[in-house]
Amino acid sequence: MPADAVPTSPAPPPAGPRRPASASAPASASVPSSAPVTVTGWGRTAPSAARLFRPRTYEEAAAAVRACGAHGARGGIARGLGRAYGDAAQNAGGAVLDMTGLDRVHAIDADGGTVLCDAGVSLHRLMEVLLPLGWFVPVTPGTRQVTVGGAIAADIHGKNHHVSGSFARHVLSLELLTADGGIRTVVPGTPLFDATAGGMGLTGVILTATVRLLPVETSWMSVDTERARDLDDLLARLTATDRYYRYSVAWIDLLARGAATGRAVLTRGDHAPLDALEALPRRNGQRPSPRTGAAASPGTPPSGSLWTPPSGSPWRASTRVRAGRSSFGEAFRFRRDMLASPLEFRTPSLPAAPSFVPDGLLGRTAMGLFNEFWYRRAPRARTDELQRLSTFFHPLDGVPHWNRIYGRSGFVQYQFVVGHGREEALRRIVDRISARRCPSFLAVLKRFGEGDPGWLSFPMPGWTLALDIPASLPGLGAFLDSLDEEVAAAGGRVYLAKDARLRPELLASMYPRLPEFRALRGELDPGGVFVSDLARRLGL
Amino acid sequence: MKDAFGTPQSLLILGGTSDIALATARRLIARRTRTVWLAGRPSQALENAATHLRGLGAETHTITFDALDPDSHEAVLGKVFAEGDIDMVLLAFGVLGDQANDERDPVSAARVAQTNYTGAVSSALVCARALQAQGHGSLVVLSSVAAERARRSNFIYGSSKAGLDTFTQGLGDALHGTGAHVMLVRPGFVRTSMTAGRPESPFATTPEAVAVAIELGLRRRSETVWVPGSLRLVMAALRHVPRAVFRRLPL
Ligand SMILES: Cc1cc2nc3c(=O)[nH]c(=O)nc-3n(C[C@H](O)[C@H](O)[C@H](O)COP(=O)(O)OP(=O)(O)OC[C@H]3O[C@@H](n4cnc5c(N)ncnc54)[C@H](O)[C@@H]3O)c2cc1C
Repeated sequence: MPADAVPTSPAPPPAGPRRPASASAPASASVPSSAPVTVTGWGRTAPSAARLFRPRTYEEAAAAVRACGAHGARGGIARGLGRAYGDAAQNAGGAVLDMTGLDRVHAIDADGGTVLCDAGVSLHRLMEVLLPLGWFVPVTPGTRQVTVGGAIAADIHGKNHHVSGSFARHVLSLELLTADGGIRTVVPGTPLFDATAGGMGLTGVILTATVRLLPVETSWMSVDTERARDLDDLLARLTATDRYYRYSVAWIDLLARGAATGRAVLTRGDHAPLDALEALPRRNGQRPSPRTGAAASPGTPPSGSLWTPPSGSPWRASTRVRAGRSSFGEAFRFRRDMLASPLEFRTPSLPAAPSFVPDGLLGRTAMGLFNEFWYRRAPRARTDELQRLSTFFHPLDGVPHWNRIYGRSGFVQYQFVVGHGREEALRRIVDRISARRCPSFLAVLKRFGEGDPGWLSFPMPGWTLALDIPASLPGLGAFLDSLDEEVAAAGGRVYLAKDARLRPELLASMYPRLPEFRALRGELDPGGVFVSDLARRLGL
Repeated sequence: MKDAFGTPQSLLILGGTSDIALATARRLIARRTRTVWLAGRPSQALENAATHLRGLGAETHTITFDALDPDSHEAVLGKVFAEGDIDMVLLAFGVLGDQANDERDPVSAARVAQTNYTGAVSSALVCARALQAQGHGSLVVLSSVAAERARRSNFIYGSSKAGLDTFTQGLGDALHGTGAHVMLVRPGFVRTSMTAGRPESPFATTPEAVAVAIELGLRRRSETVWVPGSLRLVMAALRHVPRAVFRRLPL
């Protein structure tokens, strides 16, 4: 927190019972619960049991860490909202520190655009607090239900990676509770920072972080949608025009085969400027002033983002806005509501998925039909559609516990990246997935920008593909192993926050800075206080 | 640690020369298993098995383990767990005995019971406690279809497996929620060196088939696995056949 930062709003009360449900067992008291509870990641595979601590103060957290280091205690690991798919936030036979009890927003610098908060604060909570002030989180993943600690520990990326990098790049400083029970302030550019960003909680427990924010004028997104008829078309479109969009993502239909292999729907856009809302009823009229990166209208925060659209480029600013409403009256009401509270943060919610679902419900047919529908539903091309933030970024958050639909065996998410110039490898992998007919909902393809300094950070410049697959699919383990081979041979890597199954032998080639990471850990935590199932499985 | 598909990285086999156990080990080594402990009475067969698995790429150790000496189980198995986490224990030892002979020789009949039941009870309990402390891992116990209903032709063996079967079910319940998982495997007649030369029962199967079923069971975190799977239905029906009729069935 910069010394001159002025808290402009009182710290909101702790979220308390509003705490979003995690995949884990019930919250326990701050003392170790006497009976271990079973813990899994979001994919619900490979459960293991641990004692759960839920510190409510930094002192309690420090005491818990000291207890984790006691003789025969099998160590501990921090856990946020359990949105890592695999076993990163579980620690069999040891302790798991549920950090969601430390969830205070300490200070917001509404002029400079930074927030100082506890690591257990969720991005959802930050959005609730920050949006009305005209600020947004610098990077958001496909769900709001992750904590700031989890975002740093996995060094998460969003749809804006190609322009903004990953989360830790926007962290100005953090406080880390280390194995000795002490607290260190860690700033970017230091080895400890680069080991912690993407370090999967293995350097210590992040207690607080100061994060740089992104100014926004509204809580709406202005979105362009287009279809790509196959993979080549998709890669060409992304390569040619990605830089004109702050946010960019493609939903690929991996069940499409033959000439349609890799067909996709691209959705790209940016935060809608205020005048985009004002322009609403003039459905085909010109927007008053095209958005430039800075000072869009008087009184709005100056652009503090790392990135402004390339000047003189055909930046797809909102020139025309469509409200998606038919009658003029509706459009008018829509506009009135939007303008009355342009920064309002609304998140629709659907009923939760049932708690018991048989394995194999989502077979190829069901998924294939869904993908077909999704592809056909998308307009061939549509520009400047206004969407809610939550619709654009977090469509799945509307259905609590959607991870249950995969049944008892759970599911794995496979996410890898291969560098630019390795399109052949990407093409082969997409072909193989399509040929095998892995039942997968829409998979996501993104083009990453510059790599990030974190030693175990996932992104590298290139292409990243992510897909969910039910773990009950026969032969899936061997199939993904063979994809790993392709990825590794192409100099790529898989994402540790999603992993639950990588062959440990491949890790070192995927993460060349692993030796430095291990060395630093050895020095910082010689007793191995911080350990997770992921760390044991892969020998991190 | 196990991966998302339940495949273990480290495996402890009690009864290290068992055909079923070795078929299972081969299968698991082809996936993720890198460390194998073969426990059994010292023998050339045990060493050969270890050499074989080493050749497949797994770091393999042998340890002296005698099911008939429960007093030693704590110390012997404790040492293995002290070396590092064990993701899966496969309890595969057991003797078939010779029904006709054992009926005449109660001492040898008692040895069947001691090996298959008593020895399993003590070693399984030692392993269960260690798995519980680890917070993860599977204990896979080879029972038999013979445990389901007494048959004239093999009730000494069958009763020992019935005891083991019931014990394992209870142990599974005891460990539920501790992170450790107990899986009971009930194969039909398996063509192995143990059954060589014996008349085959219907639904005969192979060690490889049992290994496949075990791998699948691990992935599903099953509690009971029948091999072949159709035996589940067959036995459900046979269970209700009246004794007088059952006695005369050519089983
Ligand atoms: C629907 C969905 C969409 C997703 N989309 C994306 C995406 O687009 N991009 C992306 O990058 N990721 C994505 N993810 C993954 C998710 O962003 C990461 O797994 C994130 O780390 C989860 O945060 P969490 O708070 O739930 O942490 P957990 O899952 O609880 O923990 C994850 C890791 O963070 C560590 N950790 C948590 N809190 C702390 C702390 N206070 N101090 C130290 N270490 C800590 C844990 O030890 C663990 O290693 C997605 C996940 C889901 C479920």
